[in-house]
Amino acid sequence: MEALLRIKNLKVYYYLREGVVKAVDGVNFSMRKGETVGLVGESGSGKSTLGLSILKLVPSPGKIVDGQILFDSKDITKLDNKKMRMIRGKQVSMVFQDPMTSLNPLMRIEDHLTETIKTHQKVTQEEAKEKAALLLGEVGIPPERAKDYPHQFSGGMRQRVGIALAIALNPDLLIADEFTSSLDVIVQFQILNLMKKLKASYNMGMIFISHDISLVSEIADKIALMYAGQIVEFAPADAFFEEHLHPYSEALLNSVPNVQLSDQKLSYIPGMPPDLVNPPKGCRFYPRCPYAKDLCREKEPPLIEVKPDYMVKCFRYDEKRS
Amino acid sequence: MASLKVYIVRRVLLAIPMIFILLSIVFLIMRVAGDPVSAILGGHAPQEQIEQIKQQLGLNKPIIFQFFGYIGQLLRGNLGRSLIWGQRPVVNEIWDHFPATLELSISAFLISIIIGIFTGTVAATHRNRFLDHTFRLYGIITYGLFIPWIGIMLQLLFGVYLGLLPIGGRIGTLMEPKSITGLYVLDSLLTLNFDSLVSAIKHLILPSVTLGVYLSGIYTRLTRTHLMETLEKDFIKAARARGLSERAVIYKHGLKNAFIPILTMMGLQFALLLVGAVLTEITFSWPGMGTLLFERITYRDFTTVQGIIVFFALIVVTVNLLVDIIYAYIDPRIRY
Repeated sequence: MEALLRIKNLKVYYYLREGVVKAVDGVNFSMRKGETVGLVGESGSGKSTLGLSILKLVPSPGKIVDGQILFDSKDITKLDNKKMRMIRGKQVSMVFQDPMTSLNPLMRIEDHLTETIKTHQKVTQEEAKEKAALLLGEVGIPPERAKDYPHQFSGGMRQRVGIALAIALNPDLLIADEFTSSLDVIVQFQILNLMKKLKASYNMGMIFISHDISLVSEIADKIALMYAGQIVEFAPADAFFEEHLHPYSEALLNSVPNVQLSDQKLSYIPGMPPDLVNPPKGCRFYPRCPYAKDLCREKEPPLIEVKPDYMVKCFRYDEKRS
Repeated sequence: MASLKVYIVRRVLLAIPMIFILLSIVFLIMRVAGDPVSAILGGHAPQEQIEQIKQQLGLNKPIIFQFFGYIGQLLRGNLGRSLIWGQRPVVNEIWDHFPATLELSISAFLISIIIGIFTGTVAATHRNRFLDHTFRLYGIITYGLFIPWIGIMLQLLFGVYLGLLPIGGRIGTLMEPKSITGLYVLDSLLTLNFDSLVSAIKHLILPSVTLGVYLSGIYTRLTRTHLMETLEKDFIKAARARGLSERAVIYKHGLKNAFIPILTMMGLQFALLLVGAVLTEITFSWPGMGTLLFERITYRDFTTVQGIIVFFALIVVTVNLLVDIIYAYIDPRIRY
């Protein structure tokens, strides 16, 4: 299958008074049509910035400084704002983290949808309304609520609206940034199931950004694990949970509680994630890595393909292969 | 909307003690500063004449009797008669001068809102760039200026040096349109009297620009702050992510949300608009309530001054009520 999205050596920096924050620093990544990639990492690892750069919506003072984002084989880093607007919402759409704040409080639910539809399609108000009603039906919102305002909806309902907005124009790629994080667990489960269903019927590719690795495991075909602005492991989901080759992946999975193992001893990762203004020179994880060697301090490891579709950014697998 | 009615009634009832207190203060202060008899007759009138007129006007009674007598009449809706000259009913004096003030206030208000929202929006969308700094400076400087000073400068420039616009009055001599609303611009339009229209607009420009510029600075700063805050919000990011044009994002989503606090300010600023109108009218000899108030304070015309104050207070209360109603109309989250 052809690649839907291919990111090459992407660097996104924030130019702050305190220095240059290298939020995304040399990310390589690709996904196919209809595939779901779970982009996992802790707070500040650059996963949200990566998601926003695909829409070219990195907030100022952030900038895409280097690299390519090939969407449908076009490099969107070269597109101007006008061309970008035709992609946003239509080919690539986004569901945001906080449904309480991501809808305009002064606009009716229905108007959010018709506005989005009419921005991209030449249709009459009536046709847009019909389409809106259809979309609300798809996400499980009764038609009589269409004329309500956001504040009359619960968090879960609002996130359903967020999803309806994101699928309104049948995009090829949906970026979901922590879109269930602010919901309680039961609602989280419902929304996630809704998303699974819609993803299948619309045949969308999806990047599911989350810090919650067990949630990601519910929906992702592939896992991309980010650490300090870089992808350190990129693998099919099943293989990842089986093998988790990178020392960070290993440490991370050991720190996730498992209900089936009642006497499991939870571990934690010593130290702190590095300062992204002055990241370590070599491997970014070496100060916290139990396997660190001198080489790791000096040189940044490449992303090594240990087997087909399985990439790890660690020198340990360089040795094993050679 | 039944609760809106309750809310309005409550607000109106609350206005009554406010006006009472305001009136007591004005009543006392006016009497501390002299009386109309000596203001009219001068310092050298014979004592008997002074006493006679005082008795006629009821000014010889103890002040407490005067006060409650006045309040009693006021509660019956009677503002009394002027104490000087023709002793016309105060209501007539007010209605004769109110349209001029209304015309000036409306046009100044529109000018301030248009300038304020435009400059504020440009400043907010050019954050920390040249235009932002310029308009921020504009917002602070205009707020600090003194209305008569702005007025005199404009009179000098456009009236004296350039000779483009008249520096005083409401309309050219004998050019008044047939009175329908009392607003000359509107009346000339309604009667299709274009000579009057041109004259009325020419006379209106300098006073309303003076007052409009003075008031606009607040709206510049307010629009800038609230629009910038709104543009940081998630729903703006979400709107951009749906491919909306920057214009739709800023005006439809940003400005409309930022407008709610601006509207509140408009209600609060309304009293300032009236104060400004008084100063502007005096500067431009504009025959409105401000000129009337200034003149009658000089003559210690107690009843007229009190009447004007009560009238101003009622306008402020009404406008604030209107703002609250518009508020509920714009923002669906607000229900009374």
